[in-house]
Amino acid sequence: MDLGSILTSTLTDTMTVSLPLFRTELALAATIVLLLVCRMLPLARRLDSAFIALGGIAFATWFAWNDLRGLPGAPWGTPADGVVTPLRQELFGGLLLFDPLTAYVRLLLAGFLALYVPFTLASGIPDREDGADFYAMVLGGALGMCLMASANHLLTVFLAVEMASVPSYALSAVLKGRKAASEAGLKYAVYGAGAAGIMLYGISLVAGVLGTCHLPTMAVELPAIVGEGGGRTLVLALGGLMIAVGLSFKLSAVPFHFWCPDVFEGAAAEVGAFLSVASKAAAVALLVRLVSGIGEPVAEAAGGPVAAAGLAATRQFMVFVIAVLAAVTCTLGNLAAYGQTNMKRLLAYSTIAHAGYLMIGAAAVAALLGTRPEAAQRAVAALAFYLGTYLFMNLGAFAIVALLRNRLRSEEIASYAGLIRSSPGIVIAMAVVLVSLIGLPPLAGFVAKFLVFSSVVEAVRLSTAQPLMLVLLVVGGLNTVISLFYYLKVLKVMTFDPPGDDRPSEPLSLVSLSGALVTGLVVPVAALGIFWSGLYACARLAGRIVS
Amino acid sequence: MTPDALPQPALWPLTLIVFLPAFVAALLSLPIIPKAREEAIRWIAFATTAVTFVLSLWMAWPGLFAALGFGAAGPAQFAIGEAGMQAVVKKPWIPAFGIEYLLGVDGISMPLVLLTTFLSMLASAASWPITKHVKAYHVLFLLLVTGMVGVFVSLDFFLFYVFWEVMLLPMYFLIGIWGGPRREYAAIKFFLYTLLGSVLMLIAILMLYFTSDLRMLSPEQLIAARVVPDAAAAAEMASGTEPVHTFNLLALAALGQLPNSPFAALEVWGMSLETWAFLLLLIGFVIKVPVVPVHTWLPDAHVEAPTPISMILAGVLLKLGGYGILRICYPICPGGGLTLAWLVCGLGVVSMVYGAFAALAQTDFKRMVAYSSVSHMGYVMLGLGVWSAVAGNEFRWDAWAQGVNGAMFQMLAHGISSAGMFFMVGVLYDRVHHRDLNRFGGIFNRMPVYAGLAVAIFFAGLGLPGLCGFIGEVLVTLSAWNYSRVFAVVSAFTVILTAAYILWAIQRVYLGAEYTGPHGEDLVPMTRRELAIAAPLVFLAILFGVAPQTLFAYVTPTVNQQVQTLAAWTREVRPEAPPTQPALGTARSSRPQPPRESPRVTSEQPAPDQVSAATREATDPTAGGGTVN
Repeated sequence: MDLGSILTSTLTDTMTVSLPLFRTELALAATIVLLLVCRMLPLARRLDSAFIALGGIAFATWFAWNDLRGLPGAPWGTPADGVVTPLRQELFGGLLLFDPLTAYVRLLLAGFLALYVPFTLASGIPDREDGADFYAMVLGGALGMCLMASANHLLTVFLAVEMASVPSYALSAVLKGRKAASEAGLKYAVYGAGAAGIMLYGISLVAGVLGTCHLPTMAVELPAIVGEGGGRTLVLALGGLMIAVGLSFKLSAVPFHFWCPDVFEGAAAEVGAFLSVASKAAAVALLVRLVSGIGEPVAEAAGGPVAAAGLAATRQFMVFVIAVLAAVTCTLGNLAAYGQTNMKRLLAYSTIAHAGYLMIGAAAVAALLGTRPEAAQRAVAALAFYLGTYLFMNLGAFAIVALLRNRLRSEEIASYAGLIRSSPGIVIAMAVVLVSLIGLPPLAGFVAKFLVFSSVVEAVRLSTAQPLMLVLLVVGGLNTVISLFYYLKVLKVMTFDPPGDDRPSEPLSLVSLSGALVTGLVVPVAALGIFWSGLYACARLAGRIVS
Repeated sequence: MTPDALPQPALWPLTLIVFLPAFVAALLSLPIIPKAREEAIRWIAFATTAVTFVLSLWMAWPGLFAALGFGAAGPAQFAIGEAGMQAVVKKPWIPAFGIEYLLGVDGISMPLVLLTTFLSMLASAASWPITKHVKAYHVLFLLLVTGMVGVFVSLDFFLFYVFWEVMLLPMYFLIGIWGGPRREYAAIKFFLYTLLGSVLMLIAILMLYFTSDLRMLSPEQLIAARVVPDAAAAAEMASGTEPVHTFNLLALAALGQLPNSPFAALEVWGMSLETWAFLLLLIGFVIKVPVVPVHTWLPDAHVEAPTPISMILAGVLLKLGGYGILRICYPICPGGGLTLAWLVCGLGVVSMVYGAFAALAQTDFKRMVAYSSVSHMGYVMLGLGVWSAVAGNEFRWDAWAQGVNGAMFQMLAHGISSAGMFFMVGVLYDRVHHRDLNRFGGIFNRMPVYAGLAVAIFFAGLGLPGLCGFIGEVLVTLSAWNYSRVFAVVSAFTVILTAAYILWAIQRVYLGAEYTGPHGEDLVPMTRRELAIAAPLVFLAILFGVAPQTLFAYVTPTVNQQVQTLAAWTREVRPEAPPTQPALGTARSSRPQPPRESPRVTSEQPAPDQVSAATREATDPTAGGGTVN
């Protein structure tokens, strides 16, 4: 094959297969360029960059939605152009992968941005002057997260993680005058750089042993090597653990969570929302992708029984690592949250705890691989559903914190005392969000937890890791009870305690722009707790990455 | 699951009974009626609970409405004296998990629904003295009512759990905002205890769900459990290759009572899943009952809660635990029930004795009444637990049925008497603002009508013959004799302790020369509103005491059917009678053996043929009900 034909085939592949399924990312990239160009043009400068961003996001959301609907078996039929894409399509020569999980998480991220920009508009951070920079960084980070969700090659994994992280470092320090914000940005960057270094080292170890970074190829090569045992297995395990460190940093899993409370407290609540929702969704998607990609090879591995034993050992290793990290993350997050007095710090620990619940679900995915495909699909679907509800819950919580900050000039929990007297609407909204975060019915958080726990129970029934899964089930249950304390503490302060004297008297009504935004975030939290068939159907579709 | 093609006449009546309070609560929370119009809000809430009560009365007592000229009994109404599930409503909810909007009532839940709506109406009337944040109070109160009624009518485990949890948050705020001085502590304690129980329950629910397989049931059982409308759909379900899981309580019960029950087949850490599930569910329910040692939330919650909420707590919430044990634990996990019968009975006996002694030691009037609830609910546990189907070496379903009937009666009677007692304490507290038993006295002279009614209610709580508290305690004690003589003797002697604390309290509060405590000048006679709340309670306490068959007409057919079914089940899986107190972990090794007649059949018990005939009849769906309630 000569160079010309290689170029031609690459070109056709790129133009006809890859780029059409890459429209979401392209829309985001174009919007970033537009934002920066408009900033330089004198006339376009007068345009609020938030609206430019919103326009681009609208396109991205539309493309993401159509990509999801184009999948076979999608709910609500095929898109207008009637194109049905295959369930699994490698893009750009195997660097990226388009499958239901990619489509679902991309839509989730685009939907998040569509809600996030109005939220920043209502809360006033960033101001007009910083708008272009801020939104460019947010969109850039989101672009990286989209790539995280679709990465199919360890190099793209690393690039995507960095692309998502670097804007986040800058965003943490976006409140330029504040010392705490600069400190948060620096801390985050240093931690991030360390984690990225370790992850890159792990990738190089794995790539060195296996001779490839392409995930499906790795999955085929790996079992035989693991089955043989010996030094190479040790190197692989070490490399795997190092990659896990990088992922744990993105997931804010214990013991790589130390940046999280400090960054959340120092940075603006708006940035916290971005990190806590979007970054988490992408990190979980990446985790699921790595686990299912390695644990469930697309092609049959050569090597017979040795490879089968190696595959089993690989899965067992993944289950064990994720389960231990999950149990520790969940418990420590919930226990540490109890002592917090700052609302953003409390939400940071709550984010850590929820990362723990999500990782419990990921452990169930890993445990169910290779049993019944239906069960593993349901386990992935549970995670996808969790991410969908988590978007509304946490974005709602951060939106309320930001609005209250604008009103009260404080983010301390104690300053919320007696808020029910002056602003009952916002307190009810907060109650819905927090109770949903506890996981009580009939709210969305309960359904998400119910689904994750059901996949753990299925893992108990079907998988070989029964004792470990039982422990996870009990840990998850007990943590739900522990989490009651600190979420209710906030509600208690808001409702039971008498208001302080220095309280600005004007109430925060829900009948306003920001009030409408909060309502728009809180109503889905309640509605998804009762009518969850639709979202679950989408989540089931996302679960079809396992076959 | 395809939606049932059959007509569902009870769809709107049952849905309204459950959701009308929540709907009105949602309307109230909108700013249509200004906060300041407190009187209007009170009346709206009261009217809502009254309408709910009338609706449930219409369902429960067709004869009354027929006599009033509303026409003959309709298909949506309850047929008194019939066993089995009636007025079933079924709509698909989450097809992916087979979760359904499945409601229905039988002889166990109908009287409890009636009790709930009745007490809610009275509690709503008793809420007039609440002056703080009236609107929020009534919104939360109405949400609470929806949760309580929903639990009693749910036949889908998921739906049941949702309603079970929906009650928690309103109750937390009702205690935490409108309660006494230590309200925050009491509220969070209540929440934590119950949430711990319900998380364990959730784990059990998931375990049962993923172990269940509808394909194991016969077409008749599937139709009786309302899983499928006809035999064709049943055959289609049975032909599937994947297991079909279910949350349907009736179907789960049928599965649990199969000789090859899937729940008994699975072993987890040395115990069968059935025993685990029974244990986890039991913990969830006994926290609500509550029994010693998980009762400590109750005195705090009762004492701190405002009077109407105390009435609801004691009158309805405690019954949810007993109802759960009767509806869910025993039918779905009979093996666990058999293995752990000693635990249920033992907890009951310990609670009744401990509660009685603790009540004796109290100086706070309300706390004394709260501990009396612990003691009285102990009888319920004992009555439910006496698995006398295998008392000693005999199969005796009738003694067990007596115990369960007694427990049901005790629950309803305690609902009346404890709500009444809390209300009576509240009336006094509203006037003199203290509850110290040692600083009362002479109330009879100052408030004769009130004191007369109060003494009647307290005697009902004491278990005086002729009043409602007597029947249940006697039946439970009698039936316990067949299970364990020690338990029977102890529960009989507890009556003396009960008499001691109640008589002593009456002496200290109502008798005596004159009232010397604080605020003596405020001891005004009962208002008409208070009288209108107290009088029906006293009337019912007397009515159920002298004519217990008014309640037994509802309860007995269903309870007897369930007990017969379970007794027949015991015979099938345990041909040789096990020891009375089987040790933990000795699950059924004998299960796979073919059923065998007991060699030790005595003359008083129904002949084996008779029992199995009854069971067959009960299993026959055309007999109107089905075995699995």
